[in-house]
Amino acid sequence: MSDYRIKGETGEWEVVIGLEVHAQVTSNAKLFSGAATAFGAEPNTQVSLVDAAMPGMLPVPNRECIRQAVRTGMAIEAQINKWSRFDRKNYFYADLPQGYQISQLYHPLVGEGSLMIEADEKAGIPEAKRIGIERIHVEQDAGKLMHDQHPTMSYVDLNRSGVALMEIVSRPDMRSPAEAGAYVRKLRSILRYVGSCDGNMEEGSMRADVNVSVRRPGDEFGTRTETKNVNSVRFVMAVIEGEAKRQVALIESGGTVVQETRLYDPDRNETRSMRSKEDAHDYRYFPDPDLLPLELDDAFLAECRESLPELPDAKRARYLSAGISAYNADVLTAEVESALWFDALLETGAKPVAAANWVTSELFGALNRLGKSFEDCPVTPAQAGELLGLVADGTISGTIAKQVFEKMLESGDGAAAIVDREGLKQTSDTGAIEGEIAKVLAANADKVEQYKGGKEALFGFFVGQTMKAMQGKANPQVVNELLKKALG
Amino acid sequence: MTELTNLTVAQIRDGHRAGDFSAVEVAEAFNANVAGAKALNAFIVETPEHAIAAAKAADADRSAGTLKPLSGVPIGMKDLFCTNGVQTTAASHMLEGFVPRYESTVSQKLWDAGAGMLGKLNLDQFAMGSSNETSYFGNVISPWRRKDGGNAALAPGGSSGGSSSAIAARLCPAATGTDTGGSIRQPAAFTGISGIKPTYGRCSRWGIVAFASSLDQAGPMARDVRDCAIMLENMAGFDPKDATSLDMAVPNWEAALSSDLKGKTVGIPREYRLDGIDPDIDAMWDAGIAMLKDAGAEVVEISLPHTKYALPAYYIIAPAEASSNLARYDGVRYGLRDLPQGAGLQDMYAATRADGFGPEVKRRIMIGTYVLSAGFYDAYYTQAQKVRTLIARDFEQAFASCDVILAPTAPSAAFGLGEKTSDPLAMYLNDVFAVPASLAGLPAMSVPAALNREGLPLGLQIIGKAFDEQGVLNAGLAIEERAGFTARADKWW
Amino acid sequence: MAIDQATVRKIASLARIAISDAEAAAMEGELNGILGWVEQLGEVDVTGVEPMTAVIPNKLRLRDDVVDADPLTGGNRRDDILANAPAPQHGFFGVPKVIE
Repeated sequence: MSDYRIKGETGEWEVVIGLEVHAQVTSNAKLFSGAATAFGAEPNTQVSLVDAAMPGMLPVPNRECIRQAVRTGMAIEAQINKWSRFDRKNYFYADLPQGYQISQLYHPLVGEGSLMIEADEKAGIPEAKRIGIERIHVEQDAGKLMHDQHPTMSYVDLNRSGVALMEIVSRPDMRSPAEAGAYVRKLRSILRYVGSCDGNMEEGSMRADVNVSVRRPGDEFGTRTETKNVNSVRFVMAVIEGEAKRQVALIESGGTVVQETRLYDPDRNETRSMRSKEDAHDYRYFPDPDLLPLELDDAFLAECRESLPELPDAKRARYLSAGISAYNADVLTAEVESALWFDALLETGAKPVAAANWVTSELFGALNRLGKSFEDCPVTPAQAGELLGLVADGTISGTIAKQVFEKMLESGDGAAAIVDREGLKQTSDTGAIEGEIAKVLAANADKVEQYKGGKEALFGFFVGQTMKAMQGKANPQVVNELLKKALG
Repeated sequence: MTELTNLTVAQIRDGHRAGDFSAVEVAEAFNANVAGAKALNAFIVETPEHAIAAAKAADADRSAGTLKPLSGVPIGMKDLFCTNGVQTTAASHMLEGFVPRYESTVSQKLWDAGAGMLGKLNLDQFAMGSSNETSYFGNVISPWRRKDGGNAALAPGGSSGGSSSAIAARLCPAATGTDTGGSIRQPAAFTGISGIKPTYGRCSRWGIVAFASSLDQAGPMARDVRDCAIMLENMAGFDPKDATSLDMAVPNWEAALSSDLKGKTVGIPREYRLDGIDPDIDAMWDAGIAMLKDAGAEVVEISLPHTKYALPAYYIIAPAEASSNLARYDGVRYGLRDLPQGAGLQDMYAATRADGFGPEVKRRIMIGTYVLSAGFYDAYYTQAQKVRTLIARDFEQAFASCDVILAPTAPSAAFGLGEKTSDPLAMYLNDVFAVPASLAGLPAMSVPAALNREGLPLGLQIIGKAFDEQGVLNAGLAIEERAGFTARADKWW
Repeated sequence: MAIDQATVRKIASLARIAISDAEAAAMEGELNGILGWVEQLGEVDVTGVEPMTAVIPNKLRLRDDVVDADPLTGGNRRDDILANAPAPQHGFFGVPKVIE
């Protein structure tokens, strides 16, 4: 249970949050036309006669968009409706050429499902929580208006008009900005694993309508407001916090919350009522007579299921059972790229725990430093496997491995070649090590006395000195054994 | 030689093929008739140059031995079909000056088959009307006049009134029509010509200005059944751009025409016998029954119990779809824009649509908007779609005991212009016999069967099973052969 | 149920059709006439009847995910898209300034 509360003048308030996430379906062509969906094209170049709603134009659905929505539904373990329908949502706006959006109200493609958000004590999520997802339906995106190009005109670009969106509607199951943030991140992760949406929030591939209401803990739901088109996790959390506080202040000063559509202004970090949507409440939904019911057969569904990759929860469970820490498992599975890279590393025979530690510390650190990602990772999983293999079989120590990795990044050479060339192979030659130990103990006779007098913590010092004398190339285990013997 | 403009499509095609005349001669003859018939107001745009260009190509194709199915045949195109580079208006002020950069699938098929275009034919605005009195470009006048000594201007029917008037007046041998609730059949009946609405999905709707998507179907209008078959063969066919298009081969309807109805059963729906109907209509219907018996058919009475609810259901479903289909006419991307001084976007919409749509279009948009609005959707729209299911079921059950259904096309002969314009309901009732087949998506045609006491043509309607255009055409042919309808309007224009 | 002039104006506003008071008054009568007539549908017993979805048995076909396969349904035709625009502006459609 989240204990997130807004502290008002009159007591504590609980926040109730539901999210409608609009995720752009990854496809080459639009939902009902053959125009391209790529981001950043010249205005109105990716617009077909259909997308511009020229007289007599008709929609024909894109199979891939349906397939991706079905796969997404399967990934959240949702009911897939083999019979669904497209409906028209009628309203007038300059970014909506048809005068209606083709959507699905009465019979959505995907029904009830859910996803898990993991516990995150630091963020105020004491335990893992399942968030209900009411439905996923497929619909057309609208075009784009630009208001700053002309003193008295707005400009309309229809490049986005007709691009396929999945609207993923959560249950009002979230109770804090942190839970909502975790939900969006998890959903984004699943979409990217499935490959049904690139999750790029800056380019608008994912945006959320944030429904917020407040209530006394345990009371009935309050009246909610809907803040449209919020395009980052941070903003989602900011909207919830700000909107909840606004509502509490409003109620406590004797006002009532109006069910309305609001717009978030990130620069001022506040929401305001959206004038343009004021009278848009009667959408006159009805089945689109240009389209027949969408009926999916078993073969189609089977392909969708078979083409699903291992999903984050399953992957995380597999990592945990291999002994990887919960923290590392979370970090590794959060993004599909790191998880796939890590799986490839495991396939080289790398030991899971050591590999996870190495990836989350050494590799993440290096990528950070170099400003790179797993997509343009400077080392391959095979190369990393070779390096970890050298550590595992005692050829080099962990300390030397760090040096070798640096040299790999600089030169692009393989780990074994670097170790050979630089003579970094660690030694288990007891004679050589014993010689150095003798010198170290002789040079530090006072400390030897103290150690023998009971100050056992000094053992590490002797190890360090010996390793230093061996230029890091001594097998630490052998050093330990020989030191113990020498110190009696 | 017969006057070229009196020839049917088949006669033009065959005569041209045989070298009896050139396609250019045919095109010139029809162009001249078109140019001389302004009084009928059948065309919104005349395109004599298109007809001539196609004719030249047809003549060249004949020399090269590469004749196409409609080489040498000039036709009229209802101005609801988008034509590349030629103004397409749906007879509205809204689309006045709109020049598409694309060609509708059906018109493209006709041009690909060698046909030429004489012009864009007038119609009821956005195909909404039964008399061609709602066109922004003025009423179409029927070439027919009552034999009562007066010269009252008569309605050519609607919405394909330009098509019916032009064919009846020999301005074109054939034309395209569209039928949403009788818009091919009723004007055909009013003007003594033939027209067939095929099974829903036979002709692609792509590029046809939409009225009511679940009902709209293109079809041919011509002087006889054979010409309808020829035209339909060249209009129909699967189109991947229309999700409701039927993925079926187009039969060779012309080749399979046969007026021998032995072994066929004709159903006579008892609910179509309306009290107080014009006795001439009933007499024609009885004569039609006798003709089909004579052609070898067995005649049985059938029942279509939900017939009386077809028209009210239609006047919910069609306006609902239209209110949404016509939302795209907003003054942003094409067509009329009315931007009052200082107006915002929503004011621009309201002004543009007030100015661009005629009264009947507005009326239907208003009805459609109302029946879909919050709180009324189930009571009106869902109920109407359920009744539609029952109407389709009526036909299904009836067709268990018959092959085609025979009924009048319209409850009266052509009425005078202005006679029904003050009462929308009276106008709607004109489609009472046509609408049920539309709601069920079935093929149906009208063939001229008789003249009434005033000397005006009356049409008989044949309704067939889904996909059985052949059965419809054949029954139509049996009537055509026996009715011997040769009457034509005396030229006064 | 009878509709009044306020409803007529509300419907006209939803449909984005400007109407004068005289038009609203005229439409009130016309619409009531038509709606009164269609209400006879309420008599029909539709128990257990599904609303019509596809008038002719037919399956919804889906298109392949290919860009610009057919120029008639593909993009890259901005000139055609803008050819009839009342106020084309540097490749955009111009509309009166919108305040969101």
